[in-house]
Amino acid sequence: MSATTLAERRGALGICVYCWGAIACLIAVVWASFAYLALDVSRLFTRESAGYMLDFIARFFPPDLSAGFLRRIAQGTLETLAISAVGTLLAALAGLLLALPASGRLGPVFKALTRFALNFLRSVPELVWAALMVLAAGLGPFAGTLALALHTSGVLGRLFAESLENAPPEPARALVESGAAPALAFVYATLPLITPQLIAYSLYRWEMNIRMATVLGFVGAGGLGQMLYYELSLLHEPQAGTVIIAMLALVVVVDAVSAWVRRRQMRPGG
Amino acid sequence: MPTDTTQQGLRDPDARARATWALAAVVVLWPLLLVAEFRPADLFDPRNLKVMGGFLGQFFPPNLNGEFLGLALRATVETLAMATAGIALAALLAAPLGLALSHSLSISRIGPGPGRATGEALRALTRLALLALRGIPEIVWALLLVRAFGLGPAAGVLAIAVTYGGMLGKVYSEILESGDTRPARVLLESGSGRLMAFFYGLLPGSAQELASYTVYRWECAVRASVIMGFVGAGGLGQLMDQSMKMLNGGEVSTILIIFLLLVLLADAISGAVRRALA
Amino acid sequence: MSFELTQIGLVHANGQRALRAVTLAAGRGERLAIIGPSGAGKSTLLRVLGTSMRPTEGRVSVLERNPWQLSGAELKRLRSRIGVVHQAPPIPPRQRAITAVIAGRLGQWPWWKSALSLLYPADIAGPREQLARLDLADRLFERCDQLSGGQLQRVGVARVLYQRPDLLLADEPVSAMDPALADLTVSQLHSEAAARGVTLVASLHVVDIALRWFPRVIGLKAGEIVFDLPAAKVSDSVLRDLYVSETGTLPTQDNQPLDIGPAALAEKPALKIIPPPRVI
Repeated sequence: MSATTLAERRGALGICVYCWGAIACLIAVVWASFAYLALDVSRLFTRESAGYMLDFIARFFPPDLSAGFLRRIAQGTLETLAISAVGTLLAALAGLLLALPASGRLGPVFKALTRFALNFLRSVPELVWAALMVLAAGLGPFAGTLALALHTSGVLGRLFAESLENAPPEPARALVESGAAPALAFVYATLPLITPQLIAYSLYRWEMNIRMATVLGFVGAGGLGQMLYYELSLLHEPQAGTVIIAMLALVVVVDAVSAWVRRRQMRPGG
Repeated sequence: MPTDTTQQGLRDPDARARATWALAAVVVLWPLLLVAEFRPADLFDPRNLKVMGGFLGQFFPPNLNGEFLGLALRATVETLAMATAGIALAALLAAPLGLALSHSLSISRIGPGPGRATGEALRALTRLALLALRGIPEIVWALLLVRAFGLGPAAGVLAIAVTYGGMLGKVYSEILESGDTRPARVLLESGSGRLMAFFYGLLPGSAQELASYTVYRWECAVRASVIMGFVGAGGLGQLMDQSMKMLNGGEVSTILIIFLLLVLLADAISGAVRRALA
Repeated sequence: MSFELTQIGLVHANGQRALRAVTLAAGRGERLAIIGPSGAGKSTLLRVLGTSMRPTEGRVSVLERNPWQLSGAELKRLRSRIGVVHQAPPIPPRQRAITAVIAGRLGQWPWWKSALSLLYPADIAGPREQLARLDLADRLFERCDQLSGGQLQRVGVARVLYQRPDLLLADEPVSAMDPALADLTVSQLHSEAAARGVTLVASLHVVDIALRWFPRVIGLKAGEIVFDLPAAKVSDSVLRDLYVSETGTLPTQDNQPLDIGPAALAEKPALKIIPPPRVI
């Protein structure tokens, strides 16, 4: 049993200096964030705030399950589904149209312009679009549909453009060489190649848009979100509770259905 | 019968199916359009046009008034602080959950030994709880928390902590289960506690992935913080909401530009940190 | 009794049988080698002894406890008294050798000591001493992914030596080492067991090491014990029966096949049993 040398002790430090610095930075940034927001997190865990939270939660139970309100919930759910469906459909069409220049088929200038437009459409969050569309088209589900259409066409447009770029050019080229117009060659040769991918992307986005559509109503764009906002503003907590349960149920059902569809597709010959 | 077969050969076998699908699509689509109140004409309604036109007209030039810019900048810092504080709390919440959920750290699985049933039951319950936390969109949480705690960033921070905590917890447990779990299992088999088995056996191999995913979620949290501002949780979103309600196109356009720059900045920071971790 | 297995059987979840009617016992301080062809169930037997696998039939008693009737805390304590050397060392690549060795006492140290050791090892001299026994002292602070296969195996052995267990189990501990290092490693395991009077059980694929270092040899084939003899009584014919499905040669450390074909038998070569060197 020999004593450790100074060199050994210095080399024994478990974490390198660089990492110590990084961790210290991280802790400083987090601490600064809390300080800037003047958030006293410990206040959360006091007895009275816990009691207050429990009180608040208790007001939501029992949720309102009367027939009349459930009918309104059903309408709201249908509206949400319709918003997401029509919005995604419009986005798929617009996306396909924008994907053509964005994949470079109409020259580099149009490619750059369309890519910029698609990025812009994508970057603005759906909720912001919804707030803008409420100004343009008034309150209600139409604003929500437009918002989803605008945002999703940015997303789908970029995905479609990538599919188009990756599609093999030979089939279309063969048709053009035998005298077909480029547009027709596209429709007869390239489009059928990529249609399965386009449909897959669109369905996936539709699933995500259903979740989105439930909350767009917060700015007045219809569906379950608008109901929730409305009921909460009037302090009708039991009704609000029912809407939240409906939202959860909708998401769970959509998840289950899409998982089932995906399993069926993976089966050979399916 | 020769005439019959030639007649059949001249008809498109798919035509019937296609017609049916097309009809079905219209039948489904029409009520959908109705329920979604799809009225493109509304866009061109004179009242809406006037409002929208005036609003859009103010977009250029964007409002670069010094006082407003200062306000917007403070709101931006508030948004960043919200996202960072929220993710920090979320990670604190997710760490124990991820460790508990991950079956790489399950002692009862070795053998199998005592306590298997309770262990699995607890894990299933925790998974359900995480599902509930994740299933409710963060903006709904924000709305509820604003009602409970009042306007301001506190509601936003908590909303992020809760939803992203659920998300991070699930992904942490998955990261810990992928990769090489032998070092941790062997440590458990020689009597180590679960926490130490994690630090000595799992962390060296999975630290990079855990950190990388957390930083990616931070980037998402920045965007979510802006959106939550629309329901009163402070930051850039609340500012934009106020400006929109006042139909001040100049201010909205400034905030939009700042938002787009903020998203780019967050993306750049997140990318740089994740590259540095690798 | 250090351990006692009575009519142990183990059937895997997929229906494959790994062990059949295994009865084996050893007193404190005994040293056993388990040999047999690949797939005989040597690793499974060691796992049952190490309480990491539960037999589907029979009774297990390790260090005078039935592990599967203990509470969680008691099982944890029992496991911290059993040390297992694995064939493929279960060490995260980016970990340093010293941390890997210190991990041997995680079952014994209080949590704060283990936690602090992540930042600065609570004991540097101890791991250094164990690594020195295996000729690896100069690699104390190096990362394990910079060590060769044989060096990594020795780090795994150092960890178990540092643990100071009451039952030492070794699953093919020298498979990646050249003869000199293999000899050194087994001699260290042997001297550890002798010095502290604890039981050592090693499964080995190479026969000459088993016969050289272990006074008691168990032959395992297709999940059953075929023989349980003192090393001196393990003759060619016994070994031939054990490995009969193999190519007719016995695996040895220096890769010179111990020929058990007819020509060799005619000359009757004696198996050289070198007595273990004297160690303190």
